Amino acid sequence: MKPAIFHYERPHDIEEALDLLAEHGDEAKLLAGGQSLVPMMNFRLARPAIIIDIGALAGLNQVTLEGDRLSIGARVRHCELERPGFAGPLGSLLARAARQVGHAPIRFRGTFGGSIAHADPAAEWCLLVRTLDADVVVASAREAERTIAAADLFEMTFMTSIADDELLTEVRLPWLTDDWTTGFAEFSRRAGDFAVVAIASAVRLDGGRVVEAKIGAAGVGTIPVRLPHAEAAIIGGSLDPAEVEMAAEVARAEVDPSGDIHGSADYRRDLVQALIRRALL
Amino acid sequence: MTSSDHWVGRSLRRIEDSALVRGEGRFVADIAAGMASARFIRSDVAAGVIKSIKGPGYTSVDLDADGVGEIEAVLHLPGFVKVSQPLLARDRVRFVGEPIAVVVGRSPEEAEDLAEKVLVDIVPDGESIVHPDNASTNTVVEGRFATSGIDAALDRAEHLVEVEIISHRQSALPLETRGATATFDRRTRRLTINASTQAPHVVRTAVSDLLHMPEADIRVVAPDVGGAFGQKLNLAREDVVVAWLAVQRRGSVAWIEDRAENLTASWHSRDQRYRLTGGFSADGRLLAVDAEVECDVGAWSCYPVTWGVEPLMALGELPGPYNISDYRVRAIGVASYRCPVAPYRGVSRPVITAALERLMDTAAQELDLDPVEIRRRNLVTKFPHTSVTGVVHDEGTYVEALDVAAEHFDFEEFRARQAAALALSDGSGPLLGVGISTFAERTGYGTPVFAKRSMGITPGFENVTMTMDPSGFVEACIGASPHGQGLETTLTQLIADQLHIDVAQVRIVHSDTDRTPYGWGTFASRSIVIAGGAVQIAAGRLRDRLALVAAAILEANPDDIVFSAEGAQVAGTDIGLPVSELARIAHHHTDRLDPGTPSGLSVEASYDPAGTFSNACHVAEVEIDSETGSTRVTRFVVVEDAGKLINPMIADGQIRGGVTQGIANALYEEVVYDDGGNILTASMMDYLPPTAAEVPDIEILHLETITDATITGAKGLGEGGAIGAPAAVLNAISDALSHLDLGINEMPATPDRVRALIRVREENR
Repeated sequence: MKPAIFHYERPHDIEEALDLLAEHGDEAKLLAGGQSLVPMMNFRLARPAIIIDIGALAGLNQVTLEGDRLSIGARVRHCELERPGFAGPLGSLLARAARQVGHAPIRFRGTFGGSIAHADPAAEWCLLVRTLDADVVVASAREAERTIAAADLFEMTFMTSIADDELLTEVRLPWLTDDWTTGFAEFSRRAGDFAVVAIASAVRLDGGRVVEAKIGAAGVGTIPVRLPHAEAAIIGGSLDPAEVEMAAEVARAEVDPSGDIHGSADYRRDLVQALIRRALL
Repeated sequence: MTSSDHWVGRSLRRIEDSALVRGEGRFVADIAAGMASARFIRSDVAAGVIKSIKGPGYTSVDLDADGVGEIEAVLHLPGFVKVSQPLLARDRVRFVGEPIAVVVGRSPEEAEDLAEKVLVDIVPDGESIVHPDNASTNTVVEGRFATSGIDAALDRAEHLVEVEIISHRQSALPLETRGATATFDRRTRRLTINASTQAPHVVRTAVSDLLHMPEADIRVVAPDVGGAFGQKLNLAREDVVVAWLAVQRRGSVAWIEDRAENLTASWHSRDQRYRLTGGFSADGRLLAVDAEVECDVGAWSCYPVTWGVEPLMALGELPGPYNISDYRVRAIGVASYRCPVAPYRGVSRPVITAALERLMDTAAQELDLDPVEIRRRNLVTKFPHTSVTGVVHDEGTYVEALDVAAEHFDFEEFRARQAAALALSDGSGPLLGVGISTFAERTGYGTPVFAKRSMGITPGFENVTMTMDPSGFVEACIGASPHGQGLETTLTQLIADQLHIDVAQVRIVHSDTDRTPYGWGTFASRSIVIAGGAVQIAAGRLRDRLALVAAAILEANPDDIVFSAEGAQVAGTDIGLPVSELARIAHHHTDRLDPGTPSGLSVEASYDPAGTFSNACHVAEVEIDSETGSTRVTRFVVVEDAGKLINPMIADGQIRGGVTQGIANALYEEVVYDDGGNILTASMMDYLPPTAAEVPDIEILHLETITDATITGAKGLGEGGAIGAPAAVLNAISDALSHLDLGINEMPATPDRVRALIRVREENR
């Protein structure tokens, strides 16, 4: 359980990092918090020839509100989002999700951008990015900035549309005004484990009626998914328990999970149903 | 005066911990630093024929060429299938993870690189018979027992209650994986092995037999061992390969098992299925038990306890703490293309207890009896009790422990909360449940009990050599090999009381075959009873020797010498000498002693008892989320009778650790294979021990029954926590689901499994 031989680089600015990426392409792997990459290297499931450690880069570590977008730098640590420094529906959603990420030592080292680029199908941040239709910003030596819509980001387990020479720099989440209500519900076998299933929701109410709904699920496939039928089921309603239950049943039918040792397909459907209720009520 | 309880009974801080908490412990991996590093090439196929091995610098058949022996772990019983296991798989592989070849690098990293270059071509085959000597069946051991009246008793019973219990495969999961270093000394031509083992002398014997070296030329040391739980009791074939490599290379070689190897290719345990029929009278008395026990014992027999250990323990000890006069059982061990099975804390008893206790609760429900009451009607109350299989239980508090536990837990208060939760619940709130488990834990058994197992070697005795040096310090060399049990502390407490000296004046030497008498190590809840008894006898002898010295100098009769914290005194006088002075005289002024007085202060003692039983009652309270099927243990009560507690804090630590592993077995941990024999739980992402967040505070109460089964009064309790907890948790889950007419008889009771039961009820509603 020792990594295969690799070459190590520690660039000090983004340009240098992008040049290294351009030079080494798929031979290279970016190291941020290392909470997923390093174990995978120890198992030799990942064997990059070159590690580009972005720990010394200036920047990429701020959370800033820019107009109607909240920008989260790629190197922001999970723990910094446990108390994001702003209130409101987005702040509470980030805080609730952050506390579900691993254990305290993992949250202290692991990064927001690293989690998204890693694209674990059960990861909380991937679910949030997908649910809220965030924009993921990447840079390369070719192109200073490219924006990828969340819907186009995740391709498969551990696979994204980020190119080999690109560096994820920030994620822009839509700011949620106070007429939104957010929810997050996750089930894991033990405290700190990856979710078996997690549900994130954001619902906008106008005059007591749901006018906009975003519901996402993780743990029901190889990428986080939105649940458009469940979303449609609550739009126009008042989020009363009976309506939510109906939406939960719609969601249960809508997902198509496969089973593994932590939960059969039927079990995951049960969890989707229960967790939708918990996220929305 | 002979001895007093000055140190015994105190929760003295553990002597071992000062170094461990400062990071000054010394484990095999610390010793391995800088040594050449071995890496095993392991099978990725469950069953197949090795066609070829290609690559640079590997070792495989070279062992055969050198005449290295094969491991034969046998029971001399009819029908026992004997297999001969090469250290490295030869010709064919029998489980994923089986070692086939080995490479040596200058570092663990280089060794892993080298190992990747060795390519093994294995042609998988679907042979269903695991071992060719075993012509037509995979049953490798079978035990049967029946009383003559069993059929009549079952006929007579007014209620027949059936339960089927499934225990899925587990790993003992020590924090420190296995590992060994071996160094061949060119000058002395001796081999020194540092191994993470529970039984250093057994390793020495095995290496001697397999490598054809005299035991005198082999030193085996178990340095600090970071947990074992049975997984390090049986011989690791890798350790022997490392020893052989060191001899070949005339140097040092280390092997440190990684976690994936530990989960895949170290020992597994308790892959068992029990079918029990209990015949009850109308008033809830268990008249007869008819049982079928099937244990998947994996691909090889473990040395020295063999692949018979799980089924045969189930056969012998299934009647548990209950008065059962008619019993029939067939217990079999079945070989499979999976990792071999060896004892894990409690061996079969966690499943035995789960089976019996689920039987009790199932019967209680069918007979409309309270779970406490049905146990009270069946627990043994007259001691000594000889069980239907001939196992003698010394005095205990089976009913008393149950009553104390029930009172402490307060069932009335709980039932009110449970009913309120159920009434309030709109179907989405938590369901509450309580479960009881009563059991007796056989501990501290020596040669008389092991002899009945008919093993190739018969363990059991404990020899101690004890010396007081001229400075008045005592060194006790023991055959036990503690690895977390706090035995250095507890034995020191026993010795200090016998000699009326400070604990700081005692040293316990263990786990080094060059320094300790031949012994069996630490396992089976034996050490406080057997090593404790042996050091107590030895310390008494040492005290008698000091009395001889004192009598000579003080011109008194040795029988008139009494000891206190001040030293030796002539009874009824103020004439005396401190022990330190006596120690000087015994070595440096033997001229002042009576002729014929032995010089020096060395004594020996040995102890080999027939064993004892501690007993306990566990009560678990759980909360079940019916929507997710997940179970949280919210309260856990243990009432334990382990006789005299030498160090209550250490006893409580053993209970807490055991209960935690029991909760792990009940709810979390499971080794999973797919149909092709591939292991799906080869990392800590998938094999799930509970963390501090999943384990409640464990409330412990003690009863104290002193019997003459042990000379210290202490009964062992090393396994009890693990033995009782799964049954209590399964019963609690079943209690929580009883309004749905559901119970769970499968462990771990994962959220998926619990939810699947509830789902069926919901769908049929």
